[in-house]
Amino acid sequence: MRFLLRRTGFYLVALWASVTFNFIIPRLMPGNPALAYLAKIHSQNVTTAQYNAMLQEFGVNPNVSIFKQYFDYIGALLHGQLGISVSQFPSQVSTILAQSLPWTIGLVGVSLILSFLIGTLVGMLIAWRRGSWYDSSIPPILTFLSAVPYFWMALALIYVFAVNLNWFPTDSGYDVFNTTPGWTSDFITSVIGHSILPVMTLVIGSLAGWVLTMRNTMITTLSEDYVLMAQAKGLSERRVMFNYAARNAILPSITSFSISLGLVVSGSLLTEIVFNYPGIGFALYSGVQGVDYPLIEGTFLVIAIAVLSANFLSELVYTFLDPRVRQGRN
Amino acid sequence: MQATNLTDQHIDSSAILSRAKGSGSSILRVITSNAKISVGLGTIAFFILVALAAPLLTRYDPNATIVRGAQAPSAAHIFGTTALGQDMFAQIIYGARVSLVIGFVAAAGSTALQIFFGLTSAYFGGIIDEVLSLIINVFLVLPGLPLAIVLAALASSADSANKNEFVIALVLLFTSWSYGARVLRAQTLSLKEREFVAAARATGETPLRIIFAEILPNEVALVASTFIGTFVYAVGAEVALEFLGLGDTSQASWGVILYWAQGNHALITGQWWEFVPAGLSVAVLCASLAFINFGIDELANPRLRVERPQRKRLLPGKKKAVAQ
Repeated sequence: MRFLLRRTGFYLVALWASVTFNFIIPRLMPGNPALAYLAKIHSQNVTTAQYNAMLQEFGVNPNVSIFKQYFDYIGALLHGQLGISVSQFPSQVSTILAQSLPWTIGLVGVSLILSFLIGTLVGMLIAWRRGSWYDSSIPPILTFLSAVPYFWMALALIYVFAVNLNWFPTDSGYDVFNTTPGWTSDFITSVIGHSILPVMTLVIGSLAGWVLTMRNTMITTLSEDYVLMAQAKGLSERRVMFNYAARNAILPSITSFSISLGLVVSGSLLTEIVFNYPGIGFALYSGVQGVDYPLIEGTFLVIAIAVLSANFLSELVYTFLDPRVRQGRN
Repeated sequence: MQATNLTDQHIDSSAILSRAKGSGSSILRVITSNAKISVGLGTIAFFILVALAAPLLTRYDPNATIVRGAQAPSAAHIFGTTALGQDMFAQIIYGARVSLVIGFVAAAGSTALQIFFGLTSAYFGGIIDEVLSLIINVFLVLPGLPLAIVLAALASSADSANKNEFVIALVLLFTSWSYGARVLRAQTLSLKEREFVAAARATGETPLRIIFAEILPNEVALVASTFIGTFVYAVGAEVALEFLGLGDTSQASWGVILYWAQGNHALITGQWWEFVPAGLSVAVLCASLAFINFGIDELANPRLRVERPQRKRLLPGKKKAVAQ
């Protein structure tokens, strides 16, 4: 229990840090958002009153003390207000993000589960058959594939499967022209068809991490006495592999979940941009292109909160799986 | 971040040196004793040489328009030309300079931060450790690339003069140091209990000297490994940021090449040569860096190396167990 409280406290601090980053970073930069916005709309002939109103709107009025700005900012966040988007005026940033979040969660979630399952299984098998030809060929190939930038992998897949073979669509999250969002089979098939290439991109890019973590810990586990004992007892090969070696080797994979999650989220940002997939990454990209401070900040905050909660969840799972963590604290 | 040093094991430099059999100086022995390290380093050396010798290898200016429009690879332009009629081969080899320098600057700065945070927090312990560890862990859970995109976007949109490669290097430095700091901290926690540290303390050496002259030299292999991991991240993230148009788009570099290729819809129109050389260069560079790290892992953890006799005893499971 004390352990859980400590971790909860830590994640609250991390959350506070990301909120504060979000507040400080734009204010550290030379120039200010209102100026940037004016540069963007090329209207140099605004009146002082309009300019000041704009500063007020962005929450960066120099006449208001920085502390008051900070508390105003946090107060607005607590009410779920992320400000008004500049590039998609007058939409609320929170509305834009609420529309894009499900797409990203679906994409990242499916990719993460697939690459965890495939990667852990492959890692386990090649560790079990260490020294075989596939043990010596699969890791280097996967290393190479994971070194390919995500967006480049996405481009290559589009080129091969969408442009040349014409098997899958090249962009967007569903068929915008022939289907309307809803729980219809047309729409769902369209969503699945559009997600295959993005998911493939993410799975290929993140597979190596799972395979190598699993292989390396599995090899260490295989030399443990209890594995030898299990073999000596005459247990079936499969039982030794799954219930004795793999079961104990899987824990580090779960610890490395946070790193993998960061990797997949980052990858999904770039993948979404390449595929024009209507998720958070695409929202961030349109924010970057439109010099849309509120949208950029809001997107980062949502990503940070999502990653923090997923990490917290993985720690809870870890506590559940590893009795040493649980019992050590009680 | 790139998957390196996955098992979080402690890498002991002296153990690596003693494993590395062969003759010559100790560094040379490490390099030649492991095939993965040799291949990785060889490839890196190749990239560095090509980048340095760029003016000798091509007579074209990477940013000058030479022909009209995008042309497929030919004898005159072995990688083809871009939509603006620039020679792709010249762009790639001059672009290698940018990617290597930015990656190196970011990784070196980040490694300095890692050493500072990791070693001081572990050595001093107590409240200093609590505070520094908290900072390390917060940065560890914050998503790195999104933060980098936000920072680079804000820096460049506030003032377009900031849209240059060194802003990118700074941003990457700032977002990449936490993982290495945690690894170094873990290693230092165990090293500071060793006798040579106690001896140094007893002779009255200052904490600064103990940390940097006594402990740090014993973590060289680990520092090298985290440096390489950071380098991989920095090169990949740099290319990504440039691809998004957050770098200096007027100067040829691998990410900028891809940015223009995407902007000119090169893929849809089938101009694959605008994508393939830059993408493959990044992939080969990052993969060879990762290989070096796997090599270091193998040297540090003998169990990871394939040794035939051991394999026979352990692996074929039931059948062998019965046979024995």
